[in-house]
Amino acid sequence: MMKRFLLILAMLAAPVSPLGAVNPDEVLDDPVLEARAREVSQGLRCVVCRGENIDESNADMARDMRLLVRERLLEGDTNQQVMDYIVERYGEYVLMKPTTEGANKLLWAAGPALFLLALVMAGIYLKGRARAAAAQGEKLSEEEEARLRELLDG
Amino acid sequence: MITELGHFALVLALGVALVQFVVPLIGAHKGWAGWMALAAPAAAIQFVLIALSFGALMYAFVTSDFSLRLVVLNSHSLKPMLYKVTGVWGNHEGSMLLWVLIVALYGAAVALFGRALPPRLKARVLSMQGLISLAFLSFSLFTSNPFLRMAEPPFDGQGLNPLLQDPGLAFHPPFLYLGYVGLSMAFSFALAALIEGRIDAAWARWVRPWTLAAWMFLTIGIGLGSWWAYYELGWGGFWFWDPVENASFMPWLFAAALLHSAIVVEKRESLKSWTILLAILGFGFSLIGAFITRSGIVTSVHAFSTDPTRGLYLLGILAFFVGGALTLFAARARAMEAKGVFAMVSRESGLVLNNILLAVAAFVVFIGTVWPLVAELFFDRKLSVGAPFFEAAFTPFIVGVAIVLPIGAMLPWKRARLAPVLARLRPALLLALAVGVLVWALGSGRSALAPVGMALGSWLVAGAGVDIWSRTGRGALAGRLKRLLRLPRADWGKALGHAGLGVTFIGISGLMAWQIEDIRVARVGETFEVAGYEVTLEEVERLQGPNYVSTTATIRIAREGREVAVLHPEKRVYPVQAMPTTEAAIDQTLWRDLYLVIGDPQEGGGWAVRTFIKPFAMWIWAGFTIMALGGIVSLSDRRYRVAAGAARRRGALGGVPAE
Repeated sequence: MMKRFLLILAMLAAPVSPLGAVNPDEVLDDPVLEARAREVSQGLRCVVCRGENIDESNADMARDMRLLVRERLLEGDTNQQVMDYIVERYGEYVLMKPTTEGANKLLWAAGPALFLLALVMAGIYLKGRARAAAAQGEKLSEEEEARLRELLDG
Repeated sequence: MITELGHFALVLALGVALVQFVVPLIGAHKGWAGWMALAAPAAAIQFVLIALSFGALMYAFVTSDFSLRLVVLNSHSLKPMLYKVTGVWGNHEGSMLLWVLIVALYGAAVALFGRALPPRLKARVLSMQGLISLAFLSFSLFTSNPFLRMAEPPFDGQGLNPLLQDPGLAFHPPFLYLGYVGLSMAFSFALAALIEGRIDAAWARWVRPWTLAAWMFLTIGIGLGSWWAYYELGWGGFWFWDPVENASFMPWLFAAALLHSAIVVEKRESLKSWTILLAILGFGFSLIGAFITRSGIVTSVHAFSTDPTRGLYLLGILAFFVGGALTLFAARARAMEAKGVFAMVSRESGLVLNNILLAVAAFVVFIGTVWPLVAELFFDRKLSVGAPFFEAAFTPFIVGVAIVLPIGAMLPWKRARLAPVLARLRPALLLALAVGVLVWALGSGRSALAPVGMALGSWLVAGAGVDIWSRTGRGALAGRLKRLLRLPRADWGKALGHAGLGVTFIGISGLMAWQIEDIRVARVGETFEVAGYEVTLEEVERLQGPNYVSTTATIRIAREGREVAVLHPEKRVYPVQAMPTTEAAIDQTLWRDLYLVIGDPQEGGGWAVRTFIKPFAMWIWAGFTIMALGGIVSLSDRRYRVAAGAARRRGALGGVPAE
């Protein structure tokens, strides 16, 4: 029990271990290439941590991946080629931004689809209210009539 | 001894919760006044019992009673007193006890302040609150008992995760729980209304302040959490779209929607069933949040517990409450006839649009959070959904909220015309466009983020200003200023809440668009330049803290030869946990934060130093503070005091429930 707890604690601690990520010795000399490396790194997930990209993560694994990204960039790969290379090695899991392939279409379409549906339903509802308003016309409701009489008589 | 008393009080509270659930519910059904009247004292007693239990646990932490398993696992005799106290909720079991304490607190508050509530409604609300208590007390006692003893007490504890030993994070959970659990009030009121089969303006007048309070607490809790992440994690990130953060964000969005739809119920007697549904979903998402955080099913950096039994139990609670409430809703929602009528262009329609956008935004967050799980279960794909998804999928809806907000906020009720409102808002619109164009012309070069975000933020702030100014009517300036001060506090609360959102918009877009980062190795005595600032690493020394060892740097920052700040970033190692933390040093001004981090010593000599310049960073949390302040100001409106009296009158005249 205790051991497992410590393990959990270690897992809890590892991903946010806050020593900063990119170390000075990793930084490429060419600032343009370095900027591209940062951009690519931010889209890749550290596989041993949870929910952190490799640019933020302090894990050794993330460092290896950062170096790999820089190596590929130095060899002249485009950003997309680097991404593809890493995905091929580590799987789809490393992509921070899910693809739009297969079932993921559902993920991407869900929000806009729901929004359109909600707009249509709200439109029907609002029309109903507006029609009820028109039907009621400019006539006052019973309460309003009563209040008006009260005011006039009072 | 005290521990056993605390344990016993908790078991007693479970019994009281059962009584609080059953007796008033039957009483309300049969019309037995005595049975209904039991609800209030039961709620009060339950609160006292849980408070005793909580006090006992806190006593064990403060006195470092290492015969208690929880204290051994989460405390240490050398820990500063503040963190011994906050360590009570820095773990799964203790935080669950805090959760039930807050459930009971809200129940007791209804018992205390709800004297004017119609007795039947009050009995049913408290009964539902008792049911929620019952579920979580049994969860606590049967799966996460905080009062378990050790057979052989060790000499010292294992300490609290050093990351949690920080004032920002120490007070983050209580506020979040006050918010999460606060939504249970709207939920209980919604269920009571469904059982009763009616809902009216008085109902909404009761639900609104509770929802507003919950929303305000969530705002504070989320703000504290993100502020903590900003200064503690060492590179100034403030929001990660992490499952646990999302778990607090979804209820916040629903609470915001509910807050607005309840206004329509109160003022116009429309949107009734939708408001009930929102109340159910709001608390439902609080429960989903608890499930995500505590089951470990969507693992995250801050998840507490990864025990499958607990996860299953929580899933059971979630299914029971949300499923039960939705079934009841399906059966009874038709009884909620809308009375109010309104035209297509009206305040009502604006609020409907607000609700759609907020609810869809919350749904996008939800689907992104659970998608990795769905993909693995049903499509056998292991994938991630990270910040880029949320930035792309969530942002359009929140931008939509920002665009329509100032217009909707100024539309008259019932029947409106757009043109006069837009004419009044023209100064705000011009200002926003000017800001956008100016920012664009200055050329951040990176994206449309800065001009669009800054323009939207200005639009919100200026729109809130125009809104409140227009409430002062016409006439001479002096008279309007005088009237401005005499406006109801609810008006001020509204303006502050909306302006605060705008300020946060400005902060986020400024920070994200213009941040400058410098990473380098610096030797002691070396000076380097970052964006016009001369940064000098003057000294690095080792210091001993109460329960950690610190590497503290002294860094002097100057601009054009004039000293700007001397900062002391630290790196700490907590020997008990053998864990390092970073304490960034921040020099904060209105326009930018200088954010310095000291890293490891390098092989060839020197230290890794990170320098960040973060424009407008302060505005993010200033916005949160203004929003929360808006909530507080609005809650202090005298209308809520008057409302209590009005409800009493109504109850005396004709408060016969429709049965």
